[in-house]
Amino acid sequence: MIDKLKLVSHVDAINWNKIEDEKDVEVWNRLTNNFWLPEKIPLSNDVQSWNTLTPVEQQLTMRVFTGLTLLDTIQGTVGAVSLIPDAITPHEEAVYTNIAFMESVHAKSYSSIFSTLASTKEIDEAFRWSTENVNLQRKAEIVMDYYQGDDPLKRKVASVLLESFLFYSGFYLPMYFSSRARLTNTADLIRLIIRDEAVHGYYIGYKYQKGLEAATPERREEMKNYTFELMYELYENEVQYTQDLYDEVGLTEDVKKFLHYNANKALMNLGYEAMFPKAVTDVNPAILSALSPNADENHDFFSGSGSSYVIGKAVNTEDADWDF
Amino acid sequence: MTDIVYFSSTSGNTHRFVEKLGRAAARIPLYARDEPLRVSEPYVLVVPTYGGGETKGAVPKQVIRFLNDEHNRSLIRGVIGAGNTNFGTAFCVAGDIIAAKCKVPHMYRFEVLGTPDDVRIVHDGLEEFWKQQP
Repeated sequence: MIDKLKLVSHVDAINWNKIEDEKDVEVWNRLTNNFWLPEKIPLSNDVQSWNTLTPVEQQLTMRVFTGLTLLDTIQGTVGAVSLIPDAITPHEEAVYTNIAFMESVHAKSYSSIFSTLASTKEIDEAFRWSTENVNLQRKAEIVMDYYQGDDPLKRKVASVLLESFLFYSGFYLPMYFSSRARLTNTADLIRLIIRDEAVHGYYIGYKYQKGLEAATPERREEMKNYTFELMYELYENEVQYTQDLYDEVGLTEDVKKFLHYNANKALMNLGYEAMFPKAVTDVNPAILSALSPNADENHDFFSGSGSSYVIGKAVNTEDADWDF
Repeated sequence: MTDIVYFSSTSGNTHRFVEKLGRAAARIPLYARDEPLRVSEPYVLVVPTYGGGETKGAVPKQVIRFLNDEHNRSLIRGVIGAGNTNFGTAFCVAGDIIAAKCKVPHMYRFEVLGTPDDVRIVHDGLEEFWKQQP
């Protein structure tokens, strides 16, 4: 079922010396500075660690990564591309082409992990599982529907929820393994993907908010309701998908906290208030540390005695632009 | 009394966090052609982290320009960092850098716009903090 191909109807030669939105340049620079390829990461160093995983853990890993492959494939082939005709500036169009390409790099990275760690039979089985898992297919369908719809703002909402929320049931596992010093090179690769997705979610969310600025109050209300409805729909499905994957290893509840935490950030990327309260977003500190090594430092100067606050360490302070 | 100084790009994320605090605040100008901000009272700086994974370029240029004014620097009492744990080692690193350079505490960190809990903690915390200041 191929719909009529939608393309930008008119193109002028792009002039990077005439910028309408500085954010386009900033994000383009950030994305190109962050560019990476899976071949640069010594995945084969994880072979020994892979062999210490139980068969159940190995199967879970394969399934998680095929699920992530599907999302990256959607985002690279349809999602980011579908945003191009809606772009307001030519530079925004260029940023989406970068996003689309990097999603294809991400999708290919999982295949690098597979070929390093698993047999052809295991790989084939995992891909078959991904086409047969109802909840995984359902999440792909929900998002694909909006990409093919005719509302540019709704497309951006679907895109941000994919980039900033739907990946995280999967990203949890390599962070969990990393916190236990397993598959650490694979985790390094996943962290690069997470960093990219964070920039994508931020940028598409920013463009969504720009689009909303021009909308009527009624339309803004409609979009807000739509966003929260879609979030609920995806969240319910995501909980079931998480159960399918993680019940067997007893991690479902821990993963759900991670989902809540990331759902909040996805909503904030779109300019909305966080939805889940602190009590259900208390992500396991080991997972947060795996994500960001300094995330668990105490920086709450305001609670407690005040004696526990952190003054930045003497390292990490070299900054060429800094000239007191 | 202005007791918060902050920087926010056109995305406005940090701006929205500061707005929710409901305290008098001054925004560091976005463009070099704008009149530089000069403060006259002690303040806490709220700053997002730029870049993606590296320390270089993490502190926004505009904030560097503001802090390179020695008078402005002498009045800073603390830093609050904005960021995203998904940026790994770069998470709120601008706050760390400024805290170390200016010898003031990195008081708090929040992500994106800050959750309602973040807003409450910082709001109440600043209230208490300024009461205790001489």
